[in-house]
Amino acid sequence: MLGLWADAEDVYMALLVEDESDIAVISYRAEAGLYPSVAARHPPAIRLERAIRDLFGLEAEGAPDTRPWLDLGFWDVAHPLGDRKAAQQHAPYAFLPVQGEALHQIPVGPVHAGIIEPGHFRFTANGEYVVRLEQRLGWVHKGIEALMTGASLELAAKLAGRTSGDSTVAYAWAFAQAAEAALQISAPPRALYLRALMAELERIANHFGDIGAICNDASFSLMHAQCGILRERTLRVAEACFGHRLMMDMIVPSGVARDISPDGIEHLQKLLAEARRIFPRLIDLYDETASLQDRTVTTGIVRQDYARQFGAGGFVGRASGRGFDARRNPGYAPYGELDFEVPVLEAGDVNARVWIRIREIEQSLSLIDQLLAGLPAGETITAIPSELGTGEGLGFIEAFRGDVLVWLRLDGNARVARCHLRDASWFQWPILEVAIENNIVADFPLCNKSFNCSYSGHDL
Amino acid sequence: MRKTLFESLTHGPLTEPAPAPDEAALAELAQSVNRAALARLGRSLSIREVDAGSCNGCELEIHALSNAFYDLERFGLRFVASPRHADVLMVTGPVTKNMREALLRTYNATPDPKWVVAVGACAVDGGIFAGTYAVAGGVSETIPVDLHIRGCPPTPTQLLSGLLALLQP
Repeated sequence: MLGLWADAEDVYMALLVEDESDIAVISYRAEAGLYPSVAARHPPAIRLERAIRDLFGLEAEGAPDTRPWLDLGFWDVAHPLGDRKAAQQHAPYAFLPVQGEALHQIPVGPVHAGIIEPGHFRFTANGEYVVRLEQRLGWVHKGIEALMTGASLELAAKLAGRTSGDSTVAYAWAFAQAAEAALQISAPPRALYLRALMAELERIANHFGDIGAICNDASFSLMHAQCGILRERTLRVAEACFGHRLMMDMIVPSGVARDISPDGIEHLQKLLAEARRIFPRLIDLYDETASLQDRTVTTGIVRQDYARQFGAGGFVGRASGRGFDARRNPGYAPYGELDFEVPVLEAGDVNARVWIRIREIEQSLSLIDQLLAGLPAGETITAIPSELGTGEGLGFIEAFRGDVLVWLRLDGNARVARCHLRDASWFQWPILEVAIENNIVADFPLCNKSFNCSYSGHDL
Repeated sequence: MRKTLFESLTHGPLTEPAPAPDEAALAELAQSVNRAALARLGRSLSIREVDAGSCNGCELEIHALSNAFYDLERFGLRFVASPRHADVLMVTGPVTKNMREALLRTYNATPDPKWVVAVGACAVDGGIFAGTYAVAGGVSETIPVDLHIRGCPPTPTQLLSGLLALLQP
């Protein structure tokens, strides 16, 4: 299952059979606001169904968990995308019961100690060991999908690009892909290459940052400082090429907002040379520091069957034997013309998630080389037809943390009727709850950082 | 490790000269900040960052302030883990309704005298997210703000010039 969302009275589910390349989207009319629970048979749908109920008021019959998810009791309206009833008084949120001797609870958040996004974690521990972690998310819910309804394509693309700032390129691309599918147009070849260039820059910038931050959470600040330099250099090159460090608003439906600057290619080549000179040394540093390995090896193991069942994307899945990558399957232009490997490991621990990132950086550096070598000449944007129609479209892009899905329907008046955005984190957060079990509380930051799930991308 | 450390010693520092304090920030601060209190705390301020609903773009750039190029700590500014240790609250995002109470409690937990720096376009008035059922608006609608640093997200240099304005005697 790739996604589960609602649109007025209909519930949609996106499905992909492993190793097939066609995504199927099925819809079900929820008569009298009811639909059969998917979560009753497939636990990854639990939080999605809870979110659908909070936003639309549609009930999943037979659902295993009917507690609210995004609605934390602070809104004036209930079901803001559905019947918009006045909000009722919420009962206190019931965390799952925990029984046993000598257990204590540690509530953390929503305001965390670092410079990170807000979320609530309820740990139950026995001494140092975590017996259960339960997450409560939704704090940064901004109502992005409500803003999407009635938005022009231009505004909607900007909103998509601000769903999760660290994946702004991937979201803007997924939105553009969905819009182009709905409009039955395609971006010119040069635009596709530039999009991929931005996406790979975004990937390496985030991976550099993550590797450093994971090591920093094990108190190895040398790696943090060195990776921070590579990340900063990457962002500066992104700014030199595209005029914005995070490359926000550069990908738009039908193409890219601007061409690469004339000296951009030279900047990129310098960056590649620098990364290839410094990064191997940092890999050795990581690999040869026993005290660091002691923290990352066998910590926070994700079982392979969970990674497969949840369809966990990105490094979370790939470190646990799931080799899925949207660039390959279903695949999208221009990656079919490029040569790259999708690294897969079996161990599923923090160490494996670090190594997947290391290998992906190497692949992305090679992809940037290929993209520069093959960059086609020509237009960077095509005209959008003035008659937009009422088509539907789906976008599916590999962000640095996993696959992003965007589905939209146009309203016939050049505006978005409904747009749903699904972050990879939806299928990674639940696994983190399990991965931390039987690890010590002090390893949670390390584990959490190795997942680096998006709060904003999840909460919307 | 030896090679990396050795190169760090022989290679000059990457840290760049400080940008000038932002003029607009100085003007805004002239209106809002209690200079006597600032003088008492001197040129060393502890900052507590609170994400009240951002897309995490601002957090990325705030993180960058600590890298070798910007090296925030050389100015006596540092990030702390608790609002109880902080002189400055740095708040990002439109304030979501879900985060409003948490932000207010964080503000109340910060000892006086204190300043609030609102970072990013959304923190001014909700920005692109303004007006939904889930957004309470800009930071100043929930807690008093002394300084706004605009941008989507502001670059580390913009953040630095805004913060340096806070340190001007």
